[in-house]
Amino acid sequence: MTATGVTKEFNRRTIFRDVSISLSQGESLAITGRNGSGKSTLVKVVAGLLSATRGKVEYAVDGKPLEIENLRYHIGLVSPYLQLYDEFSGSENLELLSKIRSDVGIDSGRIQQVLETVGLWERRSDYVRTYSSGMKQRLKYAFAVLHRPSLLILDEPTSNLDHDGIAMVKKVVDEQKKQGVLIVATNDADEAGWCSANIELGKH
Amino acid sequence: MSQFSGTYALIRKDIHSELRTRYALNALLMFVVTAVATILFALRSDQPTSSVLSGLYWVVVFFTAMSGLSRTFVSEEERGTTMTLQLVASPSTVYFAKLLFNTVLTFSMTIAVTILYMTVFSNAFVIKTFSIFAGTVVLGSLGFASASTIIAAIVAKANTRGTLYPVLSFPILIVLLMTVMNATTKALDGEEFTSALPDFQILVGYFLAMTGGSYLLFEYVWKD
Amino acid sequence: MKFAKYGSITLITFVLVAGIAIPLSPSPQNWLQFPVIPGLEEKARNILYHVPVAWTTVVAFLVSTYYGFRYLKTRDIDYDIKSVSAAGLGFLFCFLATVTGALWAKFNWGSFWNWDPRETSIFVLLLIYGAYFALRSALETEEKRATLSAVYSMIAGITVPFFIFVMPRIMTGLHPGAKEVADPAAISKAQAIADSAIAVGSKTFADSALATVAQMNVGSAVPVVQLKMSPNMLVIFLLGLLGFTLLFIWLLNVRVRLARMEYERSTHHE
Repeated sequence: MTATGVTKEFNRRTIFRDVSISLSQGESLAITGRNGSGKSTLVKVVAGLLSATRGKVEYAVDGKPLEIENLRYHIGLVSPYLQLYDEFSGSENLELLSKIRSDVGIDSGRIQQVLETVGLWERRSDYVRTYSSGMKQRLKYAFAVLHRPSLLILDEPTSNLDHDGIAMVKKVVDEQKKQGVLIVATNDADEAGWCSANIELGKH
Repeated sequence: MSQFSGTYALIRKDIHSELRTRYALNALLMFVVTAVATILFALRSDQPTSSVLSGLYWVVVFFTAMSGLSRTFVSEEERGTTMTLQLVASPSTVYFAKLLFNTVLTFSMTIAVTILYMTVFSNAFVIKTFSIFAGTVVLGSLGFASASTIIAAIVAKANTRGTLYPVLSFPILIVLLMTVMNATTKALDGEEFTSALPDFQILVGYFLAMTGGSYLLFEYVWKD
Repeated sequence: MKFAKYGSITLITFVLVAGIAIPLSPSPQNWLQFPVIPGLEEKARNILYHVPVAWTTVVAFLVSTYYGFRYLKTRDIDYDIKSVSAAGLGFLFCFLATVTGALWAKFNWGSFWNWDPRETSIFVLLLIYGAYFALRSALETEEKRATLSAVYSMIAGITVPFFIFVMPRIMTGLHPGAKEVADPAAISKAQAIADSAIAVGSKTFADSALATVAQMNVGSAVPVVQLKMSPNMLVIFLLGLLGFTLLFIWLLNVRVRLARMEYERSTHHE
């Protein structure tokens, strides 16, 4: 994945300017910066949810350039802005989102596997409405890694999580670093330490 | 291929979610009942003409649609699931799923209004040419859903959604409303099927133009 | 822009003076006389002002939609400035066309508003402009406002061709070019049926036939004037169209420059 000279402006305010990133298989990057420095916005641009005002983001899988239309099969995101459906249960959420994405090869076995990883297997058929905020955060992890994405982006990775939860996140992070690319947007020095590189926004 | 299965899965999700939460359904149904009751009070024992009745029929459909159809996008926006959908589905998947879902809602609404009308105006609301009526309701629902889907997508991004929705939709829907009212009057008057063919041409053209335009423009509304 | 400015001032002044000063004559002899159009007489002069204003409304809508389209393609906020400036002018011209039309309708057709196809179309255009500005004021960020209002004006643009086909079919028209409401032959035929019914002595049938005749007469009480302009009128009319179009171009230029200055100023304030 490479991002070259990405600039985002919003309502005439420049959020960040000329950010360039290049990451390949096995590499990881921490995005740090004060509140309001544009971490989440950069995450959205990298995840293809926002378009950059200037500059471009390109992706390649196994050396082949990836069309933006197919990006969704290769990207996983955990973010406070991203919510799951309250009126469905945990496993229903994973199942229906996977179907909407038309994933190939995601069966109930895989869903069980990820739900066990995040520690929600026992509560799989409860509505998300009844989940605590920490459980919702765990479910977001299950959703993000379900399709084994090559690019995993974590925005504020440990918010609302307890000790066990943070241990779970570390496991997911280590796993991802072996098989793909990891980006973490955080204010926490420990979390930033998970990654091999670091950029700090808002220093202009 | 993935386009169709994704769209299908998203419609199923919307229908399931609607059946569980009854976000739109209950409100729509109550709205239909309230509107028809108000019309009954206003008309008292008068015998309305067929053009008045067909006008009132689509007035009820219009305002009911305005009270409920924006929910397809507003509910995603309010619950913060817009980004989730953007992450898993292409804009065209989302557009066609929402369009079909709204078509189903509009069509069921017209059926509910029809049944109510046939019961309460049993003398005046007699469908003499069923083929015209059926064609009008089906094509009218398609056109209605098409225009209100793209407007709902726009309105979901604004901050005064409730009042803005009818304001934005009405100018777009006027042509459609005039045509369906005209055709419904013909069905009530028992005219020949062929007399409504020009109306059907307009309805088909409206649906195709509106859907094509929305499909091309939807990405700009949906992203960012 | 100097050209548009002085051109529009000169042309509109000329059209105003010529349109009012040239006398009517039943059989015009030279270029300084207008023919008398039965049913319109002196009121015919309004066509030189009302139609160019209505024409400019449509031009403004097309220009605004075009700049909206350019904005979507380039994301350059300057196109949004142009688009909204054109829409503002379109709204103004639309309002003027409605007022000049309603006044003319009052003196020619008896009431300010008759829901004839073109009156309905201009009403819908007013509604579209109103909705467009309502939408803009409900959107906070600049980019969203520009994008969504551009999309809305294009969606509204899709419906415009339908007005041309749909309205005349459903409503009776009064503007020139519309079909006659009821043709005299049908009225005289209905009258004949009523007469024969009276002769035969069937009272109820005669009453209903007479009612039909009355209805037809009411329908045709306002005849559709088939307007055919004399060559000198046509020249002034075309100059009017050109003059008002130039006026629009000039005003658009002024508004765009003003909007750009305001934009710059608010950027520096932040």
